[in-house]
Amino acid sequence: MEILKQKHKDIQGIVFINLTRLLFLVLVIVLFLLLGKIVIEGSGILSLEFIFDSPRNNMTEGGIGPAIFGTIAVTFIMVLLAVPLGVFSAIYLNEYAKDTFFTRVIRTSINNLAGVPSIVFGLFGLGFFILFIGRNIDDVLATGLLFGQPALLWASATLAVLVLPIVIVSTLEALNSVPKTHRDASYGLGATKWQTIKHVVLPQARPGILTGTILAISRGAGETAPILFLGAAFFLPNLPVVDLCIGDYCIPMINPTEQFMYLAYHIFILATQSANPTKTLPIQYGSTLVLIALTFLLNITAILFRYRFRKILGRL
Amino acid sequence: MITEQSNIIEPKTSEIIIESSFGKKIKKSTRIKEKLIKYFFAVNGVMALVFIILIFIFLFKEGFNALEHIGLLDFIYLDQVQADGSVQRVYEWYPTSAEARYSLIPLILGTLLTSIPATIISTIFGVAAGIYLSEVTNPKLKEFLKPMIELFAGIPTVVLGFIMLVIGASFFNDLLNPENRLNAFIASLGLSFVIIPIIASLTEDALHSIPNDLRMASYGLGATKWQTIRHVILPAAFSGVSASIILGFGRAIGETMIVLMASGNAANITTNIFSSIRTMTATIAAEMGEVSQGSDHYYALFFIGIVLFTITFFLNLIAEIIINKMRKKNTF
Repeated sequence: MEILKQKHKDIQGIVFINLTRLLFLVLVIVLFLLLGKIVIEGSGILSLEFIFDSPRNNMTEGGIGPAIFGTIAVTFIMVLLAVPLGVFSAIYLNEYAKDTFFTRVIRTSINNLAGVPSIVFGLFGLGFFILFIGRNIDDVLATGLLFGQPALLWASATLAVLVLPIVIVSTLEALNSVPKTHRDASYGLGATKWQTIKHVVLPQARPGILTGTILAISRGAGETAPILFLGAAFFLPNLPVVDLCIGDYCIPMINPTEQFMYLAYHIFILATQSANPTKTLPIQYGSTLVLIALTFLLNITAILFRYRFRKILGRL
Repeated sequence: MITEQSNIIEPKTSEIIIESSFGKKIKKSTRIKEKLIKYFFAVNGVMALVFIILIFIFLFKEGFNALEHIGLLDFIYLDQVQADGSVQRVYEWYPTSAEARYSLIPLILGTLLTSIPATIISTIFGVAAGIYLSEVTNPKLKEFLKPMIELFAGIPTVVLGFIMLVIGASFFNDLLNPENRLNAFIASLGLSFVIIPIIASLTEDALHSIPNDLRMASYGLGATKWQTIRHVILPAAFSGVSASIILGFGRAIGETMIVLMASGNAANITTNIFSSIRTMTATIAAEMGEVSQGSDHYYALFFIGIVLFTITFFLNLIAEIIINKMRKKNTF
């Protein structure tokens, strides 16, 4: 017995297992130090004026209001484009398509789309949306150079393609977790396939779809590289808004043909290209804090949503 | 096995409903409506494939012009005639000078000099974190730590670039006194923050998917926890772990904002990790805004895009094939 116990004193094992603990701890500490630094430096400037004001005095004063507005506008249109497409695509793959070579190709291309570098999406947006679709719309509608130039709409469309795999994969997971027995019960009652999807499958998958949407928003709001040459602007005096008038009633609407300011781009441009980077440093920290807080808030919501969703499904 | 069987039975039951004598009672209009709905979803279903093909077409449509105007060899070197008539072979990226030079060699070197160190750092930390999450920590703590890893994976890259630019660069400038303040090392540290969560969570998935029987059998033979991890779990999950490293490497090559902000952006030919470099992604990002459409320079940037797309596409494909093979093998 003594000998066996002696043999089991595995020095190498103790070293390596504690090494994984140590490395994990180092990671967490470094991340919290960096985040702590941003919170400390950024919270000094944070106020309601900072969030809603325009930049003033050559970007050295004022707030980030237009950048936040632009981020919301772009991600809003992005969601309108990406979520229906992604959800429908997932419904086809999970509910209709059989496991053939062709559907495997589609699944592979979803994974590959997720791995395309974001800057390549920028090139794609320029080549496809602006130069091909935009210019052709201009030709057909004879609008001069309205759509064939960098604009909010094309940035949203490009980001929509970028986040499409996120929406599809989340929806697929949600649809997949709806028990087969529920579908069979619905068929047994005489429901058709579409009735089953609409009344049985989709209501149960809704939290999963919402999780995917939130993750997509968070990803889209944080992306910078694809929108660099798709209409993100250094500074704009006016918001990209147009009044849509029907008779006497005018509603301010997002103008999709305008350029826009973007929070992530704002951080990049202030940190690297502004005339006086040290003078704008507090604004840079403040903007970074707002962006991190935004993405963390969205991601935590998505994680909690998924956690509860899995718990509910676990009970079934 | 049970799930496999239900998979086989399920489509049959749905088909029986439509094709059985009961099914004939379904109104013709309903049946047409069902067909139309199916086609509607099918059109949407192929969208991911359509976009991959469109990206391919439109990158090549613009980028192929570069080959007409510039030529394939000019993307590697340029034979420059010196003042005294001798010819010197130069490997430089100077697209805006009078005699434009389009060699991709410094950019490819720059990309490798940031992505390889980043992948090495991330493999050490990521695999360790994956082992820790899957095998070492207790399940309750894991339920809290795994979402935290996902949370960090969601930090926007521009934020990481900013952190490396204003905090990391100064810190390492004092510590190591590098050749340039912004250098490949700083950029690869920034990249690591992106890739570690990817490798960690995929490694954790791969280790977690190993059946518990294997662990129990190993313990039963008298192996310690570490011996089990090293000689049983890691070899069994080897393909999953290597796929995660390949995916991480692909991300490192394609990442833009961090290298754009923290690498110094000088297209040097160097193997010194502490000097400024410029990657392919950063070149596109920095120069696309200023270039005039239809110029050689413009097409050259699209050509870089093709190179990037091709590299990452094949890395992803390899990782996907490895993961698929692993899934087949693991269904004991």
